[in-house]
Amino acid sequence: MKKTIVNDIDFSRYNIKNEVRYSYKTEKGLSKKIVEEISERKNEPKWMRDFRLKSLEIYESKPMPTWGVDLSELDINSIVAYLSPDTKMKNSWDEVPEDIRNTFEKLGIPEAEKKALSGVGAQYDSEVVYHSIKDNLAKQGVIFEDMDTALKKYPDIIKEHFMTKNVTPNDHKFAALHGAIWSGGTFVYVPENVKVEVPLQAYFRMNAPGTGQFEHTLIIADRGSEVRFIEGCSAPQYAVSNLHAGCVELFVKEGARLIYSTIENWSKNTYNLNTKRALVDKDGVIEWISGSFGSHKTMLYPCSVLRGKGAKSEYTGVTFAAKGQHLDTGSKMIHLAPYTSSKVLSKSISKDGGITNYRGLLKIGPNAEGAKASVQCEGLMIDEISRSDTMPIIEVLNDNVDIGHEAKVGRISDEQIFYLMTRGLSEDEARSMIVRGFVEPVAKSLPLEYAVELNRLIKLELEGTIG
Amino acid sequence: MKDTLLEIKNVKAEVDGKEILKGLNLTIKRGEIHAIMGPNGSGKSTLCNVIMGNPHYKVTNGEILFEGEDIVKLKVNERAKKGIFLSFQSPEEIPGITVDNFIRTSLSAVTNKNMPMLQFAKSMKEKMDMLDMKPEYRTRYLNVGFSGGEKKKSEILQMAMLNPKLVMLDEIDSGLDIDALRVVAETVRKLKTDDMSILIITHYNRILDYLEPDVISVLANGRIVKEGDKNLAKELEKTGYESILDEVMS
Repeated sequence: MKKTIVNDIDFSRYNIKNEVRYSYKTEKGLSKKIVEEISERKNEPKWMRDFRLKSLEIYESKPMPTWGVDLSELDINSIVAYLSPDTKMKNSWDEVPEDIRNTFEKLGIPEAEKKALSGVGAQYDSEVVYHSIKDNLAKQGVIFEDMDTALKKYPDIIKEHFMTKNVTPNDHKFAALHGAIWSGGTFVYVPENVKVEVPLQAYFRMNAPGTGQFEHTLIIADRGSEVRFIEGCSAPQYAVSNLHAGCVELFVKEGARLIYSTIENWSKNTYNLNTKRALVDKDGVIEWISGSFGSHKTMLYPCSVLRGKGAKSEYTGVTFAAKGQHLDTGSKMIHLAPYTSSKVLSKSISKDGGITNYRGLLKIGPNAEGAKASVQCEGLMIDEISRSDTMPIIEVLNDNVDIGHEAKVGRISDEQIFYLMTRGLSEDEARSMIVRGFVEPVAKSLPLEYAVELNRLIKLELEGTIG
Repeated sequence: MKDTLLEIKNVKAEVDGKEILKGLNLTIKRGEIHAIMGPNGSGKSTLCNVIMGNPHYKVTNGEILFEGEDIVKLKVNERAKKGIFLSFQSPEEIPGITVDNFIRTSLSAVTNKNMPMLQFAKSMKEKMDMLDMKPEYRTRYLNVGFSGGEKKKSEILQMAMLNPKLVMLDEIDSGLDIDALRVVAETVRKLKTDDMSILIITHYNRILDYLEPDVISVLANGRIVKEGDKNLAKELEKTGYESILDEVMS
């Protein structure tokens, strides 16, 4: 069969490499000494230092996962865990060093901030270099800080919530790694009944080769509040591996609503081993929007723990794997309370030998009377050499529930191509049209303001040949 | 005398190494309605696919002249742009792409220009009214969940919008009830201009009552074995293909 070219993402905009100027970096690899150095440098309270060391012990005690993607080539000992750029955090883009500012300008962050965001945090390697929030939100009591500052300004809240009852270092090896060497990230607190109309954004950028980024995101949406959070990630392409092992902990209190969207476009040398979880109380709503385009290998399964009556979760994901990429993504929905509901819509596309896998869990606990859940996961392979699988696991421990489930994997057929070509489309246009149709349900469900980058990526990747 | 639109000369074609067309000759004049009848497995659908250029079918001999030019080497979409249209027996489903979006894309691909939105909407409405299709069809995904009749109507709607020179109706009558068949056939007749030729592939006579063919050809064993006017259909109905085949072979 004739091979069709669907364009790769135009990486030029993501591939800016700046000279690595740092004020401080750790030795390669991981040790008690390195963890202590990071903590000392950040001037952290003793409990955090102890927590890091404890996490390191857990990390060392846990074996590498043997499922998901192949991690045998990931060598933690060659990764620099902490690298602080040669600048302090600023509240004005003008004060951010020029090369770093240029990078974020090319990524469109300052412009998006002016037009469509309530606040922005920008992390460069291990530290946040820019942070700002609109005055009106600060006046309403909304807190939007980089994580290191938050630890100093709000130690009690952080101590209570930081990897204690949501994600914990015991969950898995990379959660433990994160606990030991986390740096940067974002803390958001939205007070009761405050509705943040315009989204907040954090952008995580890895510049230096062979480093790791381990940012921590903690968001507390208090009772009846509403907030939308956008996370963007990218890195230039290097020959050596980078590692991203972030952690996201979300607390959605009674009646609150949180939309968490991520557009991940790591360079194709990055291992993306990320942990994200939301604890959702009574009538609370969490919506995940997840676009995974980049990385060498990804393991990412945002989890919603629906622990209050009537709590709700939606997960909408698009995963795109091209040559050399293996993206293992999915969603975990844990129903623990009555009348909770969840909905999963996942679309993955693989081409040029790329591998996508939907790995999901839907668990309905014994107390989740009247729960409703639907899972729809579909994979589309553009050519003969790509792979796609779905592994949706469903465990139901209550009889009175309503569950819908659909998993499909397909390849574009010659008959479809022929049909579209009889109507005047070229083979490439025919393929693009089929892929565009395939992601349409997701594209349609995205709120406009989030969709900007995601849609642009889909367009570049899928419609590049149509122009 | 009308000029020739399509001339097929001694075409042999195979599928998966098996020869289906074994030296087929056929001429279709501009503006002509031409029916091809013949028993199952005689090569009727293969003929349509070969004219359209389906890469699954390999032409091993002969020429296919469209307006005097040999199109055997042209790609499917290039043939579409020349004005060849195939209405499928069972068209593929394209999830996520609306009928509207599809026809617009197709129209601009075939004509190489964009029809203004209002003109497009007006033209769609006119044709859909003729086909007795509700406006909602425009926003449905192409052929997804369509009944057999809806699929056929959707094919004719595309034909109507693309206004080709040669229309091939591959078993357009299969799976249609009698009312739907009448609507489809009458619409095709109304849409047919003097410049449009129609090639009808069918087992049955009923559609020929609505679309009176100028010529009927009988296809058997990969060749055209008999040609006649519309009365040939009546004759076939009475005697069946066997007698014709016997007559030809003897």
